[in-house]
Amino acid sequence: MISIFANPHRFMKLSRWLAPACLAVGVALIAWSVWQALWIVPQDDYQGGDIMRALFIHVPSAWLAMGSYMGLALASFVWFIWRHELADMAAKSVAPIGAGYTAMCLATGSIWGKPTWGTWWLWDDARMMSVLLMFFLFLGYMALRAAMDTRQKAARAGAILAMVGAVNVPLIKFSVDIWASIHQGPSVMRMDGPSMPAVYLTPLLIGALGHLIFFASLTMTLMRAEVWRRRGDVIMARKLAGG
Amino acid sequence: MSSPAPIRAAFRQAIAEAWAGGAGALLPIGFFAGAAMLVPFTVGSEADQLAAIGTGVLWVALALASLVSMERLFQADLEDGTLELWAQEDCPLFLVAAAKILAHWTVSGLPLVLLTPLIGLTLQLPAEQLLPAMLAYGLGGLAFFLWGGVAGALAASVPRGGLLIALLALPLFIPTAIFGALAAEPGTVGPNLLFLAATTLFALAIAPFAASAALRLAVD
Repeated sequence: MISIFANPHRFMKLSRWLAPACLAVGVALIAWSVWQALWIVPQDDYQGGDIMRALFIHVPSAWLAMGSYMGLALASFVWFIWRHELADMAAKSVAPIGAGYTAMCLATGSIWGKPTWGTWWLWDDARMMSVLLMFFLFLGYMALRAAMDTRQKAARAGAILAMVGAVNVPLIKFSVDIWASIHQGPSVMRMDGPSMPAVYLTPLLIGALGHLIFFASLTMTLMRAEVWRRRGDVIMARKLAGG
Repeated sequence: MSSPAPIRAAFRQAIAEAWAGGAGALLPIGFFAGAAMLVPFTVGSEADQLAAIGTGVLWVALALASLVSMERLFQADLEDGTLELWAQEDCPLFLVAAAKILAHWTVSGLPLVLLTPLIGLTLQLPAEQLLPAMLAYGLGGLAFFLWGGVAGALAASVPRGGLLIALLALPLFIPTAIFGALAAEPGTVGPNLLFLAATTLFALAIAPFAASAALRLAVD
């Protein structure tokens, strides 16, 4: 099944209309959820009044931050085993977007935390620590790729690092959870998913879906850019060779 | 049947390098002691305060000191062609990588552990805590060196890769650092020491393979 998606020509043909289509749908869904969040949804005093409207950006970006690292590791694994070039392009493209969503999750969390918890940052909240570490894993991945002198080396080194990081993520999560539960009782920020009223849940889920589709569009666009860059390199190499 | 000769050679060479000029093995020790010495000046010299943060300070110093010499661990072998020869032997490269990292730990990790009681005493740690703390630093330091070795192997072909190594390795240090610091708190030593040992075993199971994959990449 992978080999169907691994054909760059088919990918270019598909993504040519799928990337803009996803962009339109994603932006529309995000816009709807933001409109709901800012004007329709009643404010929740328990979560700090109007500031809880950050939820509708914060939670989807947290989900995508975690999901994108798993995507990075999966793409790296596929490339490492089967050497499908598209998988490497996917890994390379996911990293900056995932880092962006991770940064957005941290930023919105901080802005939300200031009025409700009274501080920009809590070192002893397990989730904040996990997301921060995720951010550093993304940074390390991008820095390593950038430091390598050839594309093949960047792909291999990146894949090894992403896989090492991925097997470490459960361990990091587990240890941070234990550490935070020792330092602090029940978490300040608790959200019981199913008990959340539908008036919050629907815009949240629609917004998350919108961000996911938007994420897919960005990834495809960066992958397309990478394909063009490699084609350009081939043309340059041919010119230099006097062809 | 693969021959163990490259493994022995890697081990011997790493030990010899540490004493062959440039004070290779002394460098992490100096760094470790220097970093710990800064602490009383920056956080204050009150005995209570130092006793409360002493073990944590030593963990930070250990983590940083383990990274100091990682840059040269595989880079030197890559430059003089030794790595290429190892990669051609029929001996599995992950064993060579493991031998190299363990030898490196023996010459520049173990001395740090032996030094911890001394620095611990100056940081007002209670004397009865020092021996269990040494065990924890030994186990944790090994995990630091293993992950640092992976990062060092990944960055072997990168000129001036020292900071890159730190960025790659430090997130992987977190579980070890957490359980190491917890194991130093009185009353919770047993289970946390076991967890600490588990993170080291985990590193021992994964790091040599990751490092050897990275070394193959550096050789190609």
